[in-house]
Amino acid sequence: MRISTFWYCFKEGIKNICRNIWFSLASVATISACIFLFCLFFSIVANIQHVVDNVEGTIGITVFFDENLTEDEIKGIGAKIGQREEVSEIQFTSASEAWESMKNDYFSGHEELAEGFADDNPLAGSASYQVFLHDITTQDQVVAYLQQLEGVREVNYSNSAAAGLSSFNAVIGILSLVIIGVLLAVSVFLISNTINVAASFRKRENEIMRYIGATDYMIRAPFVVEGIIMGLMGAGIPLVGMYYLYMRSVGYLTTKFQILSRIFQFLPLSDIFPYMAVVAVLLGLGIGFFASFFTIRKHLKV
Amino acid sequence: MIEITNVCKTYDTGNKALRNINISIEDGEFVFIIGRSGSGKSTLLKMLLKEVEPTSGKIVVNDMNLGKMPRRYVPKYRRRLGVVFQDFRLLKDKTVYENVAFAQRVIGASTRKMKERVPNMLQLVGLSAKYKYYPQQLSGGEQQRVAIARALINRPEVLLADEPTGNLDHDNAIEIMRLLDLINQKGTTVIVVTHSNELVNMMQKRVITMDRGCIISDEEGGFIHED
Repeated sequence: MRISTFWYCFKEGIKNICRNIWFSLASVATISACIFLFCLFFSIVANIQHVVDNVEGTIGITVFFDENLTEDEIKGIGAKIGQREEVSEIQFTSASEAWESMKNDYFSGHEELAEGFADDNPLAGSASYQVFLHDITTQDQVVAYLQQLEGVREVNYSNSAAAGLSSFNAVIGILSLVIIGVLLAVSVFLISNTINVAASFRKRENEIMRYIGATDYMIRAPFVVEGIIMGLMGAGIPLVGMYYLYMRSVGYLTTKFQILSRIFQFLPLSDIFPYMAVVAVLLGLGIGFFASFFTIRKHLKV
Repeated sequence: MIEITNVCKTYDTGNKALRNINISIEDGEFVFIIGRSGSGKSTLLKMLLKEVEPTSGKIVVNDMNLGKMPRRYVPKYRRRLGVVFQDFRLLKDKTVYENVAFAQRVIGASTRKMKERVPNMLQLVGLSAKYKYYPQQLSGGEQQRVAIARALINRPEVLLADEPTGNLDHDNAIEIMRLLDLINQKGTTVIVVTHSNELVNMMQKRVITMDRGCIISDEEGGFIHED
């Protein structure tokens, strides 16, 4: 394509937008709403996932063994557990390490109270494995596996926070997909409508173009440019809004609700924005391109 | 060369627009097609533009069989034709220069070529001085000249004119006919569909007369008596 032809199509696309400015604005506003919601849900889901990842790294399953087992036998079972694909890491704590840890936690400053147990470890038989998982949602099945292992006396695990967050994140993800899907359909419909109006404005011009020998591509180009411009505007506006909203919100929440920052580490904008921007721009571009491309097809027949 | 052989056209409504039409037009000819409303002249012109398909028969234009032409080749074929309509079909928001250049623009011609050809074409149709005017600032005759310039800018081999003087007064109609004659003398085949017997008589060219979808006469230097 010649540069002059490209600029011609670009100019005509802009003209189309200006000719039906209200239709165009309505289309841009709908795409903006759609992409804004996408960005919002994207931020929420990414942050919750971030928390879940952090929690997954700190919450583990504790496995205790029958008291008559030797340390070697326990380590043998540990090796078996470590081979499971759901397991990311295992940490062994021997009975003496458990007692040392307890002394530090409970008898710090009153070491004389623990001296009575010097040769008789009260936690004998409390050797344990701490099991960490790749994905907290697999916790139940790993626990079930551990409980049926021979030699395992007790399995302690936390059932609440991480798994709950994971489920919540999945619900948010589905909900966002549904809402974005509906808005996407509305955006496509509105762009299609705008392109139809533009095509009826340019009916005479298109007719002349066809008689002169313009290709379908040449006739279609200004409309596709129009769709793409509207799509990009519809992506740009919410991205700018989201950039400032995210920065302000995170700043506000972390200063006003400092307690939150202990349990909830927000993702920095620089981590989240590039991905969000790329997807949002592709989304806007895609909506604009496909809606205009397929709408104008029916106007091409001579 | 244009060869129309045994062409028939029946519309979906059952209307038989053309019945077994046979016409041969040599390169560089000037041909009038005349006839009453509904005689099939416009259908014939639309077939040459590949806007309407014949029900049966064969149309060959400059060795291209229109019946076998895939849709994607139609734009290229149309670039070899120029077309002028009764209502001019100019773009109101474009100047005279832009209207003519538009025909070059849509086929992807370079700006350099446009700057070279458009002034020449405007000179040929006598509108060099009015290149900045908008169509509504021009008379009917001038608007039709712009339309002719636009039709010719891509150097077509054939110029099709559908009632080109239908909206013009007598003097302007004669001017347009002289212009078409001049274009024909430069080598372009010209086919004019018209109602105007007076102009046909004045031009002394080949005249094909149609009635109810049939050719009833085909004469060189045709002369029509007013009813």
